[in-house]
Formats: sequence, C-alpha cells, structure tokens
Amino acid sequence: MGEVNSGRTVRVIEGAEVGFATTKVEALLNWAKKYSLFQYPFVTACCGMEFMAMASPRFDMARFGAEAPRFSPRQADLLWVVGTISQRQAPALKRIYEQMADPKYVLAFGTCASCGGFYDNYTTLAGIDKIIPCDVYVPGCPPRPEAVIDGLLLLQDKIQRGDRTPAVVKPRADLIPEGVIPPERLVQVGGQVGGQVGGQVGGRGGQVGGQGGQSGGYPRVGRGSRG
Amino acid sequence: MEPLDRDLDEGELELPSEPMLLNMGPSHPAMHGTVRIVVELSGETITKADVQIGYLHRGFEKMCERGNWTQVFPYVDRCNYVSPMLNNVGFSLAVEKMLGVTVPERCQYYRVVLGELARMCDHLICSGAMAMELGAFTPFLYFARAREIIWDIFEEETGARVTHSFGRVGGMAKPPTADFKEMIRAGVPRVLAMIDEGERLLLRNRIFLDRVEGIGRISQADALALGWTGVCLRSTGIPYDVRKSNPYSLYERLDFDVPVGTQGDNYDRFMCRQEEMRQSQRIISQALDQMPDTGPINIDDPRVVLPEKEDVYTTIEGTIQHFKIVMEGIKVPAGECYSYTEAGNGELGFYLVSDGSGTPYRVRIRPPCFTHVQGLEQLITGLMIPDLVPTFGSLNMIGGECDH
Amino acid sequence: MSQQVVELLRERFPEAIVETHAQFGDDTVVVDPARWREVALFLRDDARAAMNMFIDLCAVDYSALGMVTGHDGESRRFEIVLHVRSLDRGHRLRLKARVGDEDAEGAEIDSLVSVWRGANWFERETYDLMGIHFRGHPDLRRILMYEEFVGTRCADYPANRIHPLVEFRDVPGKLPPFGPDEGMSFGRQDHERRMYDGDEQAAQGELTTQDGRVRVQSPIVAARED
Repeated sequence: MGEVNSGRTVRVIEGAEVGFATTKVEALLNWAKKYSLFQYPFVTACCGMEFMAMASPRFDMARFGAEAPRFSPRQADLLWVVGTISQRQAPALKRIYEQMADPKYVLAFGTCASCGGFYDNYTTLAGIDKIIPCDVYVPGCPPRPEAVIDGLLLLQDKIQRGDRTPAVVKPRADLIPEGVIPPERLVQVGGQVGGQVGGQVGGRGGQVGGQGGQSGGYPRVGRGSRG
Repeated sequence: MEPLDRDLDEGELELPSEPMLLNMGPSHPAMHGTVRIVVELSGETITKADVQIGYLHRGFEKMCERGNWTQVFPYVDRCNYVSPMLNNVGFSLAVEKMLGVTVPERCQYYRVVLGELARMCDHLICSGAMAMELGAFTPFLYFARAREIIWDIFEEETGARVTHSFGRVGGMAKPPTADFKEMIRAGVPRVLAMIDEGERLLLRNRIFLDRVEGIGRISQADALALGWTGVCLRSTGIPYDVRKSNPYSLYERLDFDVPVGTQGDNYDRFMCRQEEMRQSQRIISQALDQMPDTGPINIDDPRVVLPEKEDVYTTIEGTIQHFKIVMEGIKVPAGECYSYTEAGNGELGFYLVSDGSGTPYRVRIRPPCFTHVQGLEQLITGLMIPDLVPTFGSLNMIGGECDH
Repeated sequence: MSQQVVELLRERFPEAIVETHAQFGDDTVVVDPARWREVALFLRDDARAAMNMFIDLCAVDYSALGMVTGHDGESRRFEIVLHVRSLDRGHRLRLKARVGDEDAEGAEIDSLVSVWRGANWFERETYDLMGIHFRGHPDLRRILMYEEFVGTRCADYPANRIHPLVEFRDVPGKLPPFGPDEGMSFGRQDHERRMYDGDEQAAQGELTTQDGRVRVQSPIVAARED
C-alpha cells in the first residue's frame, strides 16, 4: 500500500504533526475500494481450472485484497466471468450483473468471455460485452494465473484513477538475459544472424527474426534438447 | 409466572408443509458445474427433482465438422478440461483406428504416462472440490497444490498448463523432453504424499463421513441400466474398466488393480478415486521403467504426420507434405468407427463418420458424465437438500463434457 | 465374438435386417425402424446376447453426403445409431436404423427408454439436436438447447446462426479496447453487421422492427416487452 506515502494525492505533513496525512476523500475511497474487492465468481467452464489455481496457495489471490468470494451478487463488487457464456446462460449472467450494487466491476476471464474465442457458433455468446459492460479483459485460453494477476492489478489501478474505460491485459514476455540460452540451441527462422538474436529474445515477441512475419514472432528455443 | 416453555403436543409442533419448488443454479456456489436443479421439497426432503443441463453447450460436434481432423484436438481438450490429455489420447486412438495405424511403442508409453497423470489431476480436483463444497477447504488446498506439481510437469512437456492440444494423429506433437522421466519420478511421490495428507484430514472427520457414508446409494442393476461407467460404476462393485477389458496403448503389459466399492454410495466413489490415484502411480512407474529412451514418437507415414520444421523450410518434399496436411487435412478412409478409452470419468467414446475427405463428417462424443448426471435425479429423490451437494460432487460432473 | 450376436439376429429377425457389416472391427446391424424396439428387447433379454450395458445413442444426418438407403429401398436422411455392450460376455454391437426423408418428414422411431433407462437423456439429446421424434418417450423435450431456440443443428443449419435470449447492448461497433481490426479474425463474429444489415445468418422469421432498426428478438424477450 505504498501510495499512502507517495504519489500526487497524498501528502504527509512534516513537523509538529507527525503521522498526519492529507488526501482527497475520493482518493481515499478509491484506495479502500481497490483493496477490498469482494468477488462473485461466475465460473462456467475450463477457465474455472485456472481460477481454482488462482485461489489456491501458489498464486494466492488473497495477496491482492481480492480474497473473499461472495456468492450473493448483492454483496459483491467484482464479477469474474470465468469461461464460456452460452446463449442459454446469458439471462442468468445479466441478472446477476443487475443485482450487484454500485460500484461494480466486471472482469472477463479468458478468451471465451472476452470475445467468444473459437466457439463462434449457434449456441455461444461471443463476448460478455454484448450484454454487460466489461472493465478488464484477460485474454488466454485459459489465461495463466500471472496474466490474471496482471488483470487484477490493472483493475485496481483503474479503480484508483476512477477510470471506467475498458482495458485489455497485454501479452508479456520475460526478458531473457544474454547468454542464458546457448547460441547453438537457438534456431534461426528469420533474416537475422544467429549471434544477434540472443540479446533480443523475448524483449517483445514480434522483434525476433526480422519482421517476425513468417515465424509468428516467437523464437524457437530449446527444441534441440528433445529427442 | 407463566412457564417459559409451554407444554405442547407433538402434533401441534409439526408445521404444515406445502410442497415447495426450489431452484438451484445455473450458478450455484455449492456446485462446480453449470447445472440447474429444480427440486420439489416437502420440508427439507426432496420429493422430485429435475436436472437441467445444457448451460455449457458449446456446439462441440458442430464445430468439429468445420475443420480438419487435427483441428478437432483443441475442441477435444476443452470437453473435459480437468483431464484434457486423456481426451487427446482418446481422440488420437479413434482416428488411428480408422487409419489402421499403430503408433510406435515409445509413443504408447508416453501416452500412458501423460494420460495417467491427467487421471490423477481429474480425481484430485473431484475429491478436492467435493470436500470444499462440504466445507472442508483445507484438503482442497492440499489437492490444488498437488495438482500444481502435475501441471508443472505438463507445462514442461507440452507448453500449456491446462489445455495442451498435445495429441496428434499418429503420434504426439513433440517427443518427450530430456528430463521427462526424472521430473515424474521426483514429482509423483510428492503428489502422493499430499494425497495421503489430504485424505487423512477427511477420513477421520465426523462431518465429512456423516455426509458421504450411505448417501446417494445406487444398485448395480440401476447403474448398468443408466449407462454408467468408470468410477461411478465401479463403486457399485462392477469391475468394468476399459483399460482391463479392452486394453489399448499397452495397458495389458502393465500391472495394476481396479478398485471397486461395495455400496455405490458417495463414500465408495470418493474412496475409489483415491485408490485409483495410487494405482495410476503404479502404472506410471512401470511405464517409465519400460519406456525406451530413444526411438521415434510418430509413425513413419508422410500422409499423416507433419514433417520436421527444418525440412519444411529446406526441402520441396517437406513443403509439399506440410502443405497437403495443413491445407487439406489427413485423409481418413470413408466409413464409421467407434473407439473408446477409459477417461477420468469413465468410458469416453468417439463415434466418427468419415466421408474420405480431410474433414470429419460427424464427430460424436460419448461423454461419460452425461450418463452420471442423468442418474442424479434418481439418487437425490428422497434425500435431504444438504445431501444433494456431496452426491452431485461425487458424480464429478464436468460441464464441457456433459453438455459437449 | 460379437459376430455371433449378428448371426443370432439374422436367425431371429431374417426379414428385419437390412444389412450388416464390420467396418474397422465394429460389428454393425442395420434394422427396419419398425422393429427397432423389438430387436433391442431381444438383445437385452436373450441370454446369448445379454446386452445389459447401454453405451450410446446418437443420430447422423446424411443429407450433406447424399442420403442412405432405408429398409424399403427409399433414400433416408437420418441414421440412428445405438451402441450396446454385454457386461458378462464383453461383446459390443452397433445397431442402426434409417428414418426420415429429405425434409426430415417421418423422422421418428420407438423410444428405448423402457428397454434401457439410460436411453432417456440420449434420446432427448437426439431430439434436441437432430429433431428426431421418439415415440413413447416419457419426457421428450429439449435438453442442451433452450426452448426458444428455433430449429435443430443438423448438417444444413448454419453454424453461427444465433437466437439470443438477451437483448444485446446498444453500443455501436466494437468496444474501446479493441480496434476495428483487433481480435481474432476467425473467432470474432460481427454481430452488429449480421443482425442489423440483413445478413442471412441472422435468424429468419424472427426479425422485428423497433426504433427504425431491425433486430433479432427471441420470443421470451418479446413476451416480456408486451
């Protein structure tokens, strides 16, 4: 909760009144909101597996103040839509959203909830934003818990700023320091020379291999060890 | 002073009970699946139940008829998302049966090992979720930790935690990694330790036992007539396991037992799952010992298996072969076939109809838990509302599979 | 082993059997749909067959593949496929019957619920997704789709024709995080265009005009608004 001590909205007054802080009421409220997200998990499908992983010890959602699930929509602030929503399910989802008290936030967990993914057929609702407004989209099929945590932090950031425009979790690649992957294990697919790849790998997926066109932008690493 | 508690007749105390309709679901906290159960109650006793599924119908069969045979794998994955690898293996075997090919021995062992790991995941989640719904949250956390260990192995092998899409017609997407055996030999004992620990938390717990023992009982004849398979059928005492009765993928070479129950109640279903995980560990250790370290993974048939990536970029044969398979799909001989494997829930069948082209004409999945949920109505009629939760949990309904 | 059951059926019902084959090792018997239930009962009760395990029941729509030939030589559209197994003898059999003409007229057959109780939901599913009517089924209604859904998902049903139950939000174009060309081209369907610009994919016969716009409306929504 570092923003109590730093940032534009909070100022600790030095001097005689030690330990006294001023802030805007709005900022304080937002700060309180963002760390006490009561969630309603609307779990339908495969993403529920990753949702369980999120709730379980290793990834532990409780660290972000989003611990307490509330199975009554009236007590919840954050609606997790986890998994595919079928046309048949849609009225239930809409009703749950309408029952939630303001301020309410919606997080679309996974590709199906965000845009339908590869289930574009007679029975599915291609994206929950067709029926309810959505704050954060987390792509992935299912998304890794790290991506979901990214989404949760993004939402908290939006709450702090009072920003209600929808946002998407961007793909993230870990930087691999030079020398970690031996050059002989890199398979060159683009137009560049092998030696230069090492430094660039993972910076952003699309930069490897020239324009990244044919290779899909991802370095083929480590396949040499199979066999 | 008036006495505080008035002396009343027993008859007067009894409340008049009108039948009451209660609607559970489609999103209910105590159910890890999207199902709606409309129950008619007399007091707290269920007199009538209507189980409604279909809230996760995603048109699996229709979608499969659009792409080529290999493009079915991602959809198969998401049918039973608790043990996707078993579905992958099941579908590969079905198409291979039509093509008339058998994958190399190394690949068969590879499939067995990955499949049994997936089976452990499946049972872990079922047991954990069942316990969680009964209020025992700690065993669920233990089982979720155990599952993370297995998922780490899967991630290392296939690149994905949940939906691997790793199976291919005529082999697997990639050969095993160099540390495949080491990883599993190190990881599986830890998983088993956690299973034991979580089980100890439950089996001496009065609350848990009271809610599962003798609840949701079914007879052998009923289970058979309802089309039950897998753990749910075995819990009644019928030792039907596809791995034993119609061995596939070298299961006949592996020594393992089939745990059966006696009563067919929730407790038996729970215990069969626990024991099956231990048997899976036996299978895995034997398969790892027998599995050759070298050798091909895919069959040697250019009409079925994609060429090496290097060949695609450097040789004209590779390019053409790649193009034919990717653009036209694998040509499967015309006809129909039914192939079945033992998935996490029971007999997972694929009834395939091919018209000889690269696209399946009809992919019919025979989902095991469809039949189990069908029997739920019978199981819960006459029970109390709180008994519904463990009974539903022990059937292990997987929405994607049940509703296709 | 299951070959014996096929022989048994040939002996017992010589006139009801249309054809038999054993493709890829699966023994198959095609029977006259009028004798469907009778044959099933025989398979269950005869000690030599003892098919007490119900495995699967589904239907295949052959209209896109040229039809199949029925028991009377006429072309038939649907094939109802039943898989059963014997627990004691360990053999399996596939039983098929061909029903329905080109327009799915006469697509009906006897229900097997009284033979194997497990057939209940499988028949409901076949009715729901393929539109085959099962005579004598105790509770024949939709199971996977909702009551308001129009049609069945046969081979000629457009895969992405939808019948929404909830009115879609009135937001023009795609929503802010997605640019006009973002999202997956193969997965993202443009409902706006499909629904408002008179695309054929939108459910036909369900179009109503409101506020000068045409949109799809499900009967449930219409009923609520009235």
